[in-house]
Amino acid sequence: MFDMSRPPSAPRQVVRTEDTFLARGNKSRRDGRQQQVQAQNGAEWVALVKRVSDAQDTAAFTALFEHFAPRVKAFLMKSGASHAQAEEVAQDVMVTVWKKAAQFDPSRASVATWIFTIARNRRIDMLRRDRRPEPEELFWGPEEEPDQLQVIALQQESDQLSAAIATLPEKQRIMIEQAYFSDRSHSEIAEETGLPLGTIKSRIRLALERLRHSLS
Amino acid sequence: MITHHLSDKLLMAYSAGSLPEAFNLAVATHIALCDECRARLASFDAIGGAMLEQTQPTSVVLQDGALAATLARIKAAPAIAKPVHEPRGEGILPEPLASYVGGDIDQIEWRGVGGGVRQAILQTSKIATARMLYIPAGVAVPDHGHNGMEMTLVLQGVFADETARFGRGDIEIADEDLDHQPVAEPGEDCICLAVTDAPLKFRAFLPRLAQPFLRI
Repeated sequence: MFDMSRPPSAPRQVVRTEDTFLARGNKSRRDGRQQQVQAQNGAEWVALVKRVSDAQDTAAFTALFEHFAPRVKAFLMKSGASHAQAEEVAQDVMVTVWKKAAQFDPSRASVATWIFTIARNRRIDMLRRDRRPEPEELFWGPEEEPDQLQVIALQQESDQLSAAIATLPEKQRIMIEQAYFSDRSHSEIAEETGLPLGTIKSRIRLALERLRHSLS
Repeated sequence: MITHHLSDKLLMAYSAGSLPEAFNLAVATHIALCDECRARLASFDAIGGAMLEQTQPTSVVLQDGALAATLARIKAAPAIAKPVHEPRGEGILPEPLASYVGGDIDQIEWRGVGGGVRQAILQTSKIATARMLYIPAGVAVPDHGHNGMEMTLVLQGVFADETARFGRGDIEIADEDLDHQPVAEPGEDCICLAVTDAPLKFRAFLPRLAQPFLRI
Protein backbone atom coordinates (compact mmCIF):
# COMPACT_ATOMS: atom_id res chain seq x y z
CA MET A 1 0.00 0.00 0.00
CA PHE A 2 1.03 3.59 -0.26
CA ASP A 3 2.11 4.36 3.22
CA MET A 4 0.96 7.86 4.06
CA SER A 5 3.42 8.23 6.90
CA ARG A 6 6.45 7.61 4.74
CA PRO A 7 8.40 10.66 3.63
CA PRO A 8 8.31 11.22 -0.13
CA SER A 9 11.06 9.31 -1.89
CA ALA A 10 10.98 10.51 -5.47
CA PRO A 11 11.21 14.03 -6.81
CA ARG A 12 7.75 15.49 -6.66
CA GLN A 13 5.80 16.89 -9.49
CA VAL A 14 3.12 19.39 -8.96
CA VAL A 15 0.00 17.73 -10.25
CA ARG A 16 -1.65 19.81 -12.88
CA THR A 17 -4.68 18.11 -14.17
CA GLU A 18 -6.90 20.27 -16.25
CA ASP A 19 -9.53 20.12 -13.60
CA THR A 20 -7.49 21.44 -10.72
CA PHE A 21 -6.50 24.27 -13.03
CA LEU A 22 -10.09 25.20 -13.45
CA ALA A 23 -9.68 26.59 -9.97
CA ARG A 24 -12.61 28.80 -10.32
CA GLY A 25 -12.72 30.92 -7.27
CA ASN A 26 -14.60 33.99 -8.30
CA LYS A 27 -13.17 34.13 -11.77
CA SER A 28 -16.55 34.76 -13.32
CA ARG A 29 -17.27 37.74 -11.14
CA ARG A 30 -16.74 41.00 -12.88
CA ASP A 31 -17.59 43.36 -10.07
CA GLY A 32 -14.20 42.76 -8.46
CA ARG A 33 -15.61 43.08 -4.97
CA GLN A 34 -13.95 39.91 -3.83
CA GLN A 35 -10.43 38.86 -4.39
CA GLN A 36 -10.12 35.89 -6.70
CA VAL A 37 -9.10 32.75 -4.88
CA GLN A 38 -7.58 29.75 -6.56
CA ALA A 39 -6.13 26.42 -5.59
CA GLN A 40 -4.12 24.10 -7.79
CA ASN A 41 -2.90 21.35 -5.52
CA GLY A 42 -3.45 19.68 -2.17
CA ALA A 43 -1.38 22.16 -0.17
CA GLU A 44 -3.36 25.07 -1.56
CA TRP A 45 -6.70 23.47 -0.75
CA VAL A 46 -5.39 22.96 2.80
CA ALA A 47 -4.57 26.67 3.00
CA LEU A 48 -8.12 27.55 1.94
CA VAL A 49 -9.67 25.34 4.65
CA LYS A 50 -7.36 27.03 7.18
CA ARG A 51 -8.59 30.44 6.05
CA VAL A 52 -12.18 29.34 6.56
CA SER A 53 -11.28 28.02 9.99
CA ASP A 54 -9.11 30.93 11.15
CA ALA A 55 -10.88 33.89 9.54
CA GLN A 56 -14.31 32.70 8.38
CA ASP A 57 -13.04 33.72 4.93
CA THR A 58 -15.97 33.65 2.49
CA ALA A 59 -13.77 33.99 -0.62
CA ALA A 60 -11.77 30.90 0.41
CA PHE A 61 -15.01 29.02 1.11
CA THR A 62 -16.41 30.07 -2.27
CA ALA A 63 -13.42 28.51 -4.03
CA LEU A 64 -13.89 25.30 -2.04
CA PHE A 65 -17.61 25.32 -2.75
CA GLU A 66 -17.30 25.87 -6.49
CA HIS A 67 -14.78 23.07 -6.80
CA PHE A 68 -16.21 20.46 -4.45
CA ALA A 69 -19.98 21.01 -4.26
CA PRO A 70 -20.65 19.93 -7.89
CA ARG A 71 -18.39 16.90 -7.38
CA VAL A 72 -20.20 15.90 -4.20
CA LYS A 73 -23.52 16.31 -5.99
CA ALA A 74 -22.31 14.16 -8.91
CA PHE A 75 -21.06 11.54 -6.40
CA LEU A 76 -24.44 11.42 -4.69
CA MET A 77 -26.33 11.14 -7.95
CA LYS A 78 -24.13 8.23 -9.01
CA SER A 79 -25.14 6.62 -5.71
CA GLY A 80 -28.77 6.78 -6.72
CA ALA A 81 -29.88 10.09 -5.21
CA SER A 82 -32.36 12.27 -7.09
CA HIS A 83 -31.33 15.70 -8.36
CA ALA A 84 -33.11 17.48 -5.51
CA GLN A 85 -31.87 15.08 -2.84
CA ALA A 86 -28.27 15.32 -4.11
CA GLU A 87 -28.45 19.13 -4.19
CA GLU A 88 -29.75 19.24 -0.63
CA VAL A 89 -27.12 16.86 0.71
CA ALA A 90 -24.27 18.51 -1.26
CA GLN A 91 -25.16 21.84 0.37
CA ASP A 92 -25.34 20.09 3.70
CA VAL A 93 -21.88 18.58 3.21
CA MET A 94 -20.48 22.04 2.44
CA VAL A 95 -22.11 23.45 5.60
CA THR A 96 -20.27 20.72 7.53
CA VAL A 97 -17.01 21.62 5.75
CA TRP A 98 -17.33 25.17 7.10
CA LYS A 99 -18.43 24.12 10.59
CA LYS A 100 -15.77 21.43 10.96
CA ALA A 101 -12.95 23.32 9.22
CA ALA A 102 -11.08 23.62 12.54
CA GLN A 103 -11.15 19.85 12.98
CA PHE A 104 -9.58 19.09 9.60
CA ASP A 105 -6.12 17.55 10.12
CA PRO A 106 -3.97 17.99 6.97
CA SER A 107 -1.35 15.56 8.30
CA ARG A 108 -3.89 12.76 7.99
CA ALA A 109 -5.94 13.49 4.87
CA SER A 110 -6.19 15.69 1.81
CA VAL A 111 -9.11 18.11 1.61
CA ALA A 112 -10.67 15.92 -1.11
CA THR A 113 -10.37 12.83 1.13
CA TRP A 114 -11.82 14.70 4.10
CA ILE A 115 -14.79 15.90 2.04
CA PHE A 116 -15.21 12.39 0.59
CA THR A 117 -15.57 10.95 4.11
CA ILE A 118 -18.12 13.63 5.08
CA ALA A 119 -20.11 12.97 1.88
CA ARG A 120 -19.91 9.18 2.38
CA ASN A 121 -21.30 9.46 5.90
CA ARG A 122 -24.11 11.77 4.76
CA ARG A 123 -24.92 9.36 1.93
CA ILE A 124 -25.30 6.52 4.43
CA ASP A 125 -27.70 8.68 6.50
CA MET A 126 -29.59 9.78 3.40
CA LEU A 127 -30.12 6.29 2.02
CA ARG A 128 -30.90 5.04 5.54
CA ARG A 129 -28.30 2.37 5.07
CA ASP A 130 -26.63 0.35 7.77
CA ARG A 131 -24.96 2.35 10.49
CA ARG A 132 -21.23 2.69 10.05
CA PRO A 133 -19.54 2.91 13.47
CA GLU A 134 -16.05 4.49 13.47
CA PRO A 135 -12.98 3.22 15.32
CA GLU A 136 -12.08 5.24 18.39
CA GLU A 137 -9.65 8.05 17.69
CA LEU A 138 -6.02 7.74 18.57
CA PHE A 139 -5.14 10.08 21.39
CA TRP A 140 -2.81 12.71 19.98
CA GLY A 141 -2.18 14.68 23.14
CA PRO A 142 -3.50 18.13 24.03
CA GLU A 143 -3.63 20.79 21.29
CA GLU A 144 -1.01 19.11 19.20
CA GLU A 145 -0.29 21.01 15.98
CA PRO A 146 0.18 18.81 12.91
CA ASP A 147 3.80 18.32 11.87
CA GLN A 148 4.36 20.51 8.79
CA LEU A 149 6.70 18.05 7.06
CA GLN A 150 4.08 15.35 7.47
CA VAL A 151 1.43 17.68 6.08
CA ILE A 152 3.53 18.43 2.99
CA ALA A 153 4.37 14.75 2.42
CA LEU A 154 0.77 13.62 2.77
CA GLN A 155 -0.62 16.33 0.51
CA GLN A 156 1.95 15.51 -2.18
CA GLU A 157 1.19 11.78 -1.91
CA SER A 158 -2.49 12.59 -2.37
CA ASP A 159 -1.77 14.71 -5.46
CA GLN A 160 0.22 11.80 -6.88
CA LEU A 161 -2.55 9.35 -6.14
CA SER A 162 -5.03 11.59 -7.93
CA ALA A 163 -2.70 11.85 -10.92
CA ALA A 164 -2.18 8.07 -10.91
CA ILE A 165 -5.93 7.45 -10.95
CA ALA A 166 -6.32 9.89 -13.83
CA THR A 167 -3.92 7.79 -15.92
CA LEU A 168 -5.64 4.45 -15.26
CA PRO A 169 -7.27 2.75 -18.23
CA GLU A 170 -10.95 3.67 -18.44
CA LYS A 171 -12.12 0.15 -17.54
CA GLN A 172 -10.16 0.05 -14.30
CA ARG A 173 -11.18 3.56 -13.32
CA ILE A 174 -14.83 2.65 -13.77
CA MET A 175 -14.41 -0.44 -11.59
CA ILE A 176 -12.99 1.64 -8.73
CA GLU A 177 -15.67 4.25 -9.24
CA GLN A 178 -18.39 1.62 -8.95
CA ALA A 179 -16.85 0.17 -5.80
CA TYR A 180 -16.79 3.61 -4.14
CA PHE A 181 -19.66 5.56 -5.61
CA SER A 182 -22.45 3.28 -6.55
CA ASP A 183 -24.71 2.04 -3.82
CA ARG A 184 -24.37 -1.48 -5.03
CA SER A 185 -22.53 -4.58 -3.96
CA HIS A 186 -20.10 -6.46 -6.16
CA SER A 187 -22.73 -9.08 -6.93
CA GLU A 188 -25.22 -6.43 -8.11
CA ILE A 189 -22.58 -4.98 -10.41
CA ALA A 190 -22.05 -8.48 -11.79
CA GLU A 191 -25.77 -8.85 -12.51
CA GLU A 192 -25.91 -5.61 -14.41
CA THR A 193 -22.78 -6.04 -16.51
CA GLY A 194 -23.12 -9.79 -16.93
CA LEU A 195 -19.55 -10.19 -15.73
CA PRO A 196 -18.75 -13.07 -13.39
CA LEU A 197 -17.96 -12.01 -9.83
CA GLY A 198 -14.39 -13.30 -9.97
CA THR A 199 -13.61 -11.03 -12.92
CA ILE A 200 -14.94 -8.00 -11.11
CA LYS A 201 -12.96 -8.70 -7.96
CA SER A 202 -9.77 -9.31 -9.90
CA ARG A 203 -10.27 -6.12 -11.89
CA ILE A 204 -10.54 -4.08 -8.72
CA ARG A 205 -7.46 -5.83 -7.38
CA LEU A 206 -5.62 -5.14 -10.62
CA ALA A 207 -6.59 -1.47 -10.44
CA LEU A 208 -5.26 -1.26 -6.90
CA GLU A 209 -2.04 -2.98 -7.88
CA ARG A 210 -1.58 -0.54 -10.72
CA LEU A 211 -2.15 2.29 -8.28
CA ARG A 212 0.41 0.89 -5.88
CA HIS A 213 2.88 0.35 -8.69
CA SER A 214 2.52 3.86 -10.03
CA LEU A 215 3.13 5.26 -6.56
CA SER A 216 6.20 3.19 -5.70
CA MET B 1 1.26 -8.47 18.27
CA ILE B 2 -1.52 -8.61 15.70
CA THR B 3 -0.76 -11.01 12.84
CA HIS B 4 -4.20 -11.53 11.25
CA HIS B 5 -5.50 -8.44 9.51
CA LEU B 6 -8.42 -7.18 7.42
CA SER B 7 -8.43 -7.95 3.69
CA ASP B 8 -8.18 -5.18 1.07
CA LYS B 9 -11.69 -6.04 -0.04
CA LEU B 10 -13.16 -5.47 3.44
CA LEU B 11 -11.20 -2.26 4.00
CA MET B 12 -12.31 -0.88 0.65
CA ALA B 13 -15.95 -1.76 1.31
CA TYR B 14 -15.75 -0.16 4.78
CA SER B 15 -14.20 2.95 3.25
CA ALA B 16 -16.91 3.06 0.56
CA GLY B 17 -19.57 2.56 3.23
CA SER B 18 -21.17 -0.48 1.61
CA LEU B 19 -20.94 -3.11 4.38
CA PRO B 20 -23.76 -4.30 6.66
CA GLU B 21 -23.68 -2.74 10.14
CA ALA B 22 -22.42 -5.90 11.90
CA PHE B 23 -19.40 -6.07 9.56
CA ASN B 24 -18.75 -2.34 10.00
CA LEU B 25 -18.63 -3.00 13.75
CA ALA B 26 -16.03 -5.76 13.42
CA VAL B 27 -13.91 -3.74 10.97
CA ALA B 28 -14.01 -0.59 13.13
CA THR B 29 -13.19 -2.52 16.31
CA HIS B 30 -10.22 -4.25 14.67
CA ILE B 31 -8.95 -0.87 13.42
CA ALA B 32 -9.25 0.55 16.94
CA LEU B 33 -6.70 -2.10 17.99
CA CYS B 34 -4.56 -2.25 14.83
CA ASP B 35 -2.48 0.73 13.65
CA GLU B 36 -1.47 -1.09 10.48
CA CYS B 37 -5.05 -1.49 9.28
CA ARG B 38 -5.81 2.09 10.40
CA ALA B 39 -3.08 3.29 8.05
CA ARG B 40 -4.33 1.03 5.26
CA LEU B 41 -7.85 2.39 5.75
CA ALA B 42 -6.44 5.92 5.33
CA SER B 43 -5.09 4.79 1.96
CA PHE B 44 -8.49 3.50 0.89
CA ASP B 45 -10.14 6.73 2.05
CA ALA B 46 -7.50 8.55 -0.03
CA ILE B 47 -8.60 6.58 -3.10
CA GLY B 48 -12.17 7.71 -2.38
CA GLY B 49 -10.93 11.30 -2.12
CA ALA B 50 -9.00 10.99 -5.38
CA MET B 51 -12.10 9.56 -7.08
CA LEU B 52 -14.14 12.53 -5.82
CA GLU B 53 -11.45 14.85 -7.18
CA GLN B 54 -11.56 13.06 -10.56
CA THR B 55 -15.34 13.19 -10.83
CA GLN B 56 -16.28 15.20 -13.87
CA PRO B 57 -19.08 17.42 -12.61
CA THR B 58 -19.76 18.87 -16.06
CA SER B 59 -23.09 17.10 -16.42
CA VAL B 60 -24.20 18.07 -12.93
CA VAL B 61 -25.17 21.66 -12.32
CA LEU B 62 -25.92 23.16 -8.94
CA GLN B 63 -29.13 25.08 -8.51
CA ASP B 64 -28.95 28.82 -9.02
CA GLY B 65 -28.08 30.49 -5.78
CA ALA B 66 -26.71 27.28 -4.24
CA LEU B 67 -23.72 29.10 -2.77
CA ALA B 68 -25.87 31.85 -1.26
CA ALA B 69 -28.27 29.25 0.14
CA THR B 70 -25.36 27.34 1.68
CA LEU B 71 -23.85 30.51 3.20
CA ALA B 72 -27.27 31.32 4.70
CA ARG B 73 -27.46 27.83 6.20
CA ILE B 74 -23.96 28.23 7.63
CA LYS B 75 -25.05 31.45 9.35
CA ALA B 76 -28.11 29.76 10.80
CA ALA B 77 -26.45 26.51 11.86
CA PRO B 78 -24.96 26.17 15.32
CA ALA B 79 -21.22 25.68 15.74
CA ILE B 80 -20.01 22.09 15.92
CA ALA B 81 -18.07 21.49 19.09
CA LYS B 82 -14.68 19.89 18.79
CA PRO B 83 -14.99 16.30 19.97
CA VAL B 84 -13.11 15.49 23.14
CA HIS B 85 -10.82 12.51 22.70
CA GLU B 86 -10.40 10.70 25.95
CA PRO B 87 -7.30 8.58 26.25
CA ARG B 88 -8.11 4.90 26.00
CA GLY B 89 -9.33 3.37 29.23
CA GLU B 90 -8.12 0.16 30.79
CA GLY B 91 -11.10 -1.84 29.53
CA ILE B 92 -10.96 -4.92 27.29
CA LEU B 93 -13.42 -3.51 24.75
CA PRO B 94 -12.42 -0.52 22.58
CA GLU B 95 -14.90 1.78 20.83
CA PRO B 96 -17.13 1.32 18.94
CA LEU B 97 -17.68 -2.14 20.46
CA ALA B 98 -17.96 -0.83 24.04
CA SER B 99 -20.96 1.32 23.02
CA TYR B 100 -22.71 -1.64 21.39
CA VAL B 101 -22.18 -3.73 24.51
CA GLY B 102 -23.09 -0.83 26.82
CA GLY B 103 -19.80 -0.88 28.72
CA ASP B 104 -16.97 -3.33 29.19
CA ILE B 105 -17.14 -7.15 29.36
CA ASP B 106 -18.65 -7.07 32.85
CA GLN B 107 -21.77 -5.49 31.29
CA ILE B 108 -22.40 -8.34 28.84
CA GLU B 109 -25.51 -10.42 29.51
CA TRP B 110 -24.28 -13.85 28.55
CA ARG B 111 -26.53 -16.77 27.66
CA GLY B 112 -25.24 -20.32 27.70
CA VAL B 113 -25.26 -22.17 24.39
CA GLY B 114 -23.95 -25.49 25.73
CA GLY B 115 -20.55 -26.90 26.63
CA GLY B 116 -19.71 -23.86 28.75
CA VAL B 117 -19.77 -21.61 25.66
CA ARG B 118 -21.79 -18.41 26.11
CA GLN B 119 -22.98 -15.74 23.73
CA ALA B 120 -24.67 -12.34 23.60
CA ILE B 121 -26.32 -11.01 20.44
CA LEU B 122 -25.63 -7.33 19.74
CA GLN B 123 -28.23 -4.99 18.27
CA THR B 124 -27.46 -4.33 14.58
CA SER B 125 -29.41 -4.27 11.32
CA LYS B 126 -30.73 -7.68 10.32
CA ILE B 127 -28.65 -8.23 7.18
CA ALA B 128 -25.83 -9.66 9.31
CA THR B 129 -25.52 -10.77 12.92
CA ALA B 130 -22.95 -9.65 15.50
CA ARG B 131 -22.50 -11.50 18.76
CA MET B 132 -20.03 -11.73 21.60
CA LEU B 133 -18.72 -15.24 22.25
CA TYR B 134 -17.28 -16.49 25.52
CA ILE B 135 -15.28 -19.69 25.19
CA PRO B 136 -13.83 -21.07 28.46
CA ALA B 137 -10.13 -21.87 28.31
CA GLY B 138 -9.54 -25.28 26.76
CA VAL B 139 -13.08 -25.57 25.37
CA ALA B 140 -13.99 -26.07 21.69
CA VAL B 141 -16.71 -24.17 19.85
CA PRO B 142 -19.00 -26.67 18.06
CA ASP B 143 -17.59 -27.76 14.70
CA HIS B 144 -19.16 -25.66 11.96
CA GLY B 145 -18.91 -24.63 8.33
CA HIS B 146 -20.32 -21.44 6.82
CA ASN B 147 -23.02 -20.47 4.39
CA GLY B 148 -21.65 -16.98 4.02
CA MET B 149 -18.84 -14.99 5.57
CA GLU B 150 -17.81 -15.09 9.22
CA MET B 151 -15.42 -12.69 10.90
CA THR B 152 -14.10 -13.45 14.36
CA LEU B 153 -12.17 -10.79 16.28
CA VAL B 154 -10.38 -11.87 19.46
CA LEU B 155 -10.60 -9.45 22.41
CA GLN B 156 -9.24 -11.64 25.21
CA GLY B 157 -7.41 -14.96 25.34
CA VAL B 158 -6.34 -17.04 22.36
CA PHE B 159 -8.16 -19.45 20.07
CA ALA B 160 -6.69 -21.78 17.52
CA ASP B 161 -8.28 -23.73 14.70
CA GLU B 162 -7.03 -25.89 11.84
CA THR B 163 -5.61 -22.84 10.07
CA ALA B 164 -3.84 -20.73 12.68
CA ARG B 165 -3.66 -19.17 16.14
CA PHE B 166 -5.53 -15.97 17.02
CA GLY B 167 -4.83 -13.61 19.94
CA ARG B 168 -6.13 -10.18 21.01
CA GLY B 169 -6.78 -7.96 17.99
CA ASP B 170 -6.40 -10.79 15.45
CA ILE B 171 -9.30 -11.22 13.06
CA GLU B 172 -10.18 -14.43 11.28
CA ILE B 173 -12.10 -14.12 8.03
CA ALA B 174 -13.80 -17.37 7.07
CA ASP B 175 -15.99 -18.12 4.05
CA GLU B 176 -17.87 -21.09 2.61
CA ASP B 177 -14.65 -23.00 2.05
CA LEU B 178 -13.57 -23.09 5.66
CA ASP B 179 -14.89 -25.83 7.87
CA HIS B 180 -13.29 -25.28 11.25
CA GLN B 181 -13.36 -26.07 14.93
CA PRO B 182 -11.92 -23.24 17.02
CA VAL B 183 -10.57 -24.21 20.45
CA ALA B 184 -9.75 -21.73 23.21
CA GLU B 185 -6.21 -22.27 24.43
CA PRO B 186 -5.70 -23.23 28.07
CA GLY B 187 -4.93 -20.39 30.44
CA GLU B 188 -7.33 -17.50 29.83
CA ASP B 189 -10.99 -17.71 28.79
CA CYS B 190 -11.43 -16.45 25.25
CA ILE B 191 -13.79 -13.56 24.38
CA CYS B 192 -14.51 -12.76 20.73
CA LEU B 193 -16.74 -10.64 18.55
CA ALA B 194 -18.18 -12.92 15.85
CA VAL B 195 -20.03 -11.57 12.83
CA THR B 196 -21.88 -13.65 10.24
CA ASP B 197 -23.92 -12.78 7.18
CA ALA B 198 -25.58 -16.21 7.06
CA PRO B 199 -26.43 -18.77 9.72
CA LEU B 200 -23.60 -21.14 10.57
CA LYS B 201 -23.90 -24.76 9.48
CA PHE B 202 -23.28 -26.99 12.46
CA ARG B 203 -22.06 -30.54 11.89
CA ALA B 204 -23.48 -32.29 14.91
CA PHE B 205 -27.20 -33.00 15.09
CA LEU B 206 -27.98 -31.23 18.35
CA PRO B 207 -26.39 -27.85 17.69
CA ARG B 208 -28.16 -27.72 14.32
CA LEU B 209 -31.49 -28.29 16.01
CA ALA B 210 -30.76 -25.55 18.49
CA GLN B 211 -29.67 -23.08 15.83
CA PRO B 212 -32.98 -21.27 15.22
CA PHE B 213 -33.28 -20.53 18.93
CA LEU B 214 -29.73 -19.41 19.43
CA ARG B 215 -29.54 -17.26 16.27
CA ILE B 216 -26.08 -18.45 15.35
